[in-house]
Amino acid sequence: MSTIENVSRRRFLRGGIIAAGALVLGVRYYPKLSSGDKLPHDTNADHAALHPSVYLGIDPDGTVWIVAGRSEMGTTSRTTLPLVVADELDADWKRVRIEQALGDSRYGDQNTDGSHSIRSFYDAMREAGATARFMLIQAAAKEWGVPATECETDLHVVVHRSTNRGAGYGELARAAAKLPAPKREDLKLKPKSAWRYVGKGQVSYDLEALVTGRAIYGMDARLDGMVYASVEHPPVLGGKVKSSDDKEALKVRGVRQTVPIDPFQQAPGFQPLGGIAVIADNTWAAFQGRKKLNISWDNGPNEAYNSDAYKNELRATSHNPCKVVRNIGDADAVFAKGGRVYEADYYVPLLAHASMEPMVALAEFKDGKATLWAPTQNPQGVQDTVAKELGIAKEDVICHVTLLGGGFGRKSKPDYVAEAAVLSKKMGRPVKVVWTREDDIKFDYYNAVASMYMKAALGADGKPTAWLQRSVFPPIPSIFDVNTVYGDPAHLQQGWTDIPYDLPNLRIENGPAKAHVRIGWLRSVANIYHAFAIQCFTDELARAAGRDPLDYLLDLIGNPRTIDFKGVEYPNYGASMDAHPWETGRLRRVTEMVAEESRWGKRKHGKGTGVGIAAHRSFLSYVATVVEVEVNDQGEVRIPRVDTALDAGLVVNPEATRAQFEGAAVFGTSIVRSGEITATKGAIDQSNFQDYPMARIADAPQQTNVYIVESDAPPAGVGEPGVPPFVAAFSNAIFSATGKRVRDLPISKLGLS
Amino acid sequence: MIQLKVNGAEQSFDGEPEMPLLWYLRDVLGLTGSKFGCGIGLCGACTVHVNGQATRSCVTAMRDAAGKDVTTIEGLDKNGLHLVQKAWMQINVPQCGYCQVGQIMQAAALLNSKKKPTDHDIDEAMSGNICRCGTYQRIRAAIRAAAGEMP
Repeated sequence: MSTIENVSRRRFLRGGIIAAGALVLGVRYYPKLSSGDKLPHDTNADHAALHPSVYLGIDPDGTVWIVAGRSEMGTTSRTTLPLVVADELDADWKRVRIEQALGDSRYGDQNTDGSHSIRSFYDAMREAGATARFMLIQAAAKEWGVPATECETDLHVVVHRSTNRGAGYGELARAAAKLPAPKREDLKLKPKSAWRYVGKGQVSYDLEALVTGRAIYGMDARLDGMVYASVEHPPVLGGKVKSSDDKEALKVRGVRQTVPIDPFQQAPGFQPLGGIAVIADNTWAAFQGRKKLNISWDNGPNEAYNSDAYKNELRATSHNPCKVVRNIGDADAVFAKGGRVYEADYYVPLLAHASMEPMVALAEFKDGKATLWAPTQNPQGVQDTVAKELGIAKEDVICHVTLLGGGFGRKSKPDYVAEAAVLSKKMGRPVKVVWTREDDIKFDYYNAVASMYMKAALGADGKPTAWLQRSVFPPIPSIFDVNTVYGDPAHLQQGWTDIPYDLPNLRIENGPAKAHVRIGWLRSVANIYHAFAIQCFTDELARAAGRDPLDYLLDLIGNPRTIDFKGVEYPNYGASMDAHPWETGRLRRVTEMVAEESRWGKRKHGKGTGVGIAAHRSFLSYVATVVEVEVNDQGEVRIPRVDTALDAGLVVNPEATRAQFEGAAVFGTSIVRSGEITATKGAIDQSNFQDYPMARIADAPQQTNVYIVESDAPPAGVGEPGVPPFVAAFSNAIFSATGKRVRDLPISKLGLS
Repeated sequence: MIQLKVNGAEQSFDGEPEMPLLWYLRDVLGLTGSKFGCGIGLCGACTVHVNGQATRSCVTAMRDAAGKDVTTIEGLDKNGLHLVQKAWMQINVPQCGYCQVGQIMQAAALLNSKKKPTDHDIDEAMSGNICRCGTYQRIRAAIRAAAGEMP
């Protein structure tokens, strides 16, 4: 057994989440908080000579500490937000050290979901950098006895050009710290022409650690004296242990004991699911012990849930009038006149996140305080949930955020972290809970299953004269109140109430659906099924009207205008409509751009080859995607090329943004090819990658080209918005190649051979 | 007692012989570079080299590792960065990075056996490694770049 050294917290934090000594010594350093540690939340930035912001500190040696308040799960936001600080500070990126924040409300909202890290924190990062630069300039001017207005900054130095003087940021840090911080209105932000990093981008701060295995994920957290736990959860949501026998489990070498975890109360929320934990000396022994548990379950009412029957229920609901969420004109009056009326049902099943790192968390409960190390998107949510579970104050929950081996929304829900905390309290020692892949697939917060009914009447020119759309899906708020059955505005807005078309008669409805599993956010959430229905139905109507799908789509988007919701609740992803109006001209522009870049209508396509297009706004970004597919006689589908154009306002890190859209195409490929979670008698049927397959290298697009619109509009989301238009465009491409309509996902059920 | 070599160092193990090599590396030796992804050899996150062959350590029992020479990411190149790792950085492959250690070990084994792999060879060799972030096109580009640097 290698020894785990305990070093001071400060030393650990200096290494950030990268273990500094790992390569040399072959052991990992982890923080060990002693009970005498009064300020567990302190960062090096806090202790730096100049500390004008919670996000920033400058040491006399010139080191610039920047605190990353948001979680890193692969979007590079841990690098990109500090890059904004460094730019405004005129700092040398090579002298920047990034520290990962603990869960702490002083950093603002830390729940890294909803594709808004840059959008929500861009201004705060600029202000942090500008404040420090202002103070450094003032300090230099005072020292030199010259007006501050004559001083400026160059890379990591303040300069006074006429006297040819300069001073490094480190030299000035102490003097600057004695000066009053400037008022916000006194700050002078750098003009765009002077930006060093913003718009140019930077690779991940952690890149070398990521390719050397030195990066520390939640799975890699270790603590002196810790034991490992694997939890057998109730197979059906809301189930309880009726009786159990752990005799055989305890015979497994390395197993120490079993510990029950109480089932959740009322709605599941983020509480642990309950069940029985096997505690062991290593992960594998815990897994093995679990297999030997003999448990009889009381499954409760969700045992009646079967996903096949549920699909029929959703569809039946969608075929009858539902709750109207937005209405223009009188669609029914047009339908009543008859003529060319088209209807179609679309369906997207439950989807699992399947991040490569399964759920895992390490907890130490000691002296009334809980310290956690977890790959979490939501450290403040960890604090709230653990505090409630353990009956302690939120301030006594200390959450270290490791790197995340993928998140996609799953790791915003801290149920697995709460499990570790509960077990550590019961055991009186550090406990690391490790979920198996099977646990991950079977006990997810799934993206909602959804059924969409679409109906349109076409006029003489082929354009819709009336449009009706109904969606039915179990809503996410059902995890907090099981009786919630209608979609809430925050999810109905996702590509549903904001259909971008200029339609004279439009009715948008939503029907009720009761949840029988935990429903949650998954990369682009309700936009997946809403964009699928609207963009595929558009393609169907184009063909019915004998029109080219691109021309028809542009016709429906119409002339540039700002959508007026006329009193319909449209949360706009939490942003103001003034800063982020819904501009159809921007959607039109990316559609035209992707058509041109992909040479729509100009490329030759052979037998079994086809292209599809779709356009969609989500998380305030406008995206249009063209997918090319080849389907051979055996029904095997290849994706030779994807083109995607996006307008996300100001893009701070274009390289990271391109990567997000390349990745979104692969994520969407998995959804379309094989994404399907089903349930029998309330229990999830799938378990691992053999029955919940992910796109592999040859399944994924061979080439994804990403085109970014140059824009000075405020930054918008880039992590999620690539997925919805890809899913629809891929489905439309399948039709183009085969003549078979994709109305039910995934296409593995379509029978393409 | 099971004897084996890990990154050039002699090791002995007197635990459960059925324990997969992955958990010995991670939980016993503290070599956490190799990752747990599926536990049944379907995702490749746990890939290490056993006697030079890319091997899924999550389904390799310690009894089968006896007498073998095991290389993990921590020992891939004693002099710093392996040319595959350099190519990974040059092409900026990783997003979350969790699967990348396994991808790199798989790619390094491929280039050991085939200095100039075709795209078909690459797809074939890498088909057992899942990347949920979807970095495949960069993985392919990085392997091509590394192949171009092969001595």
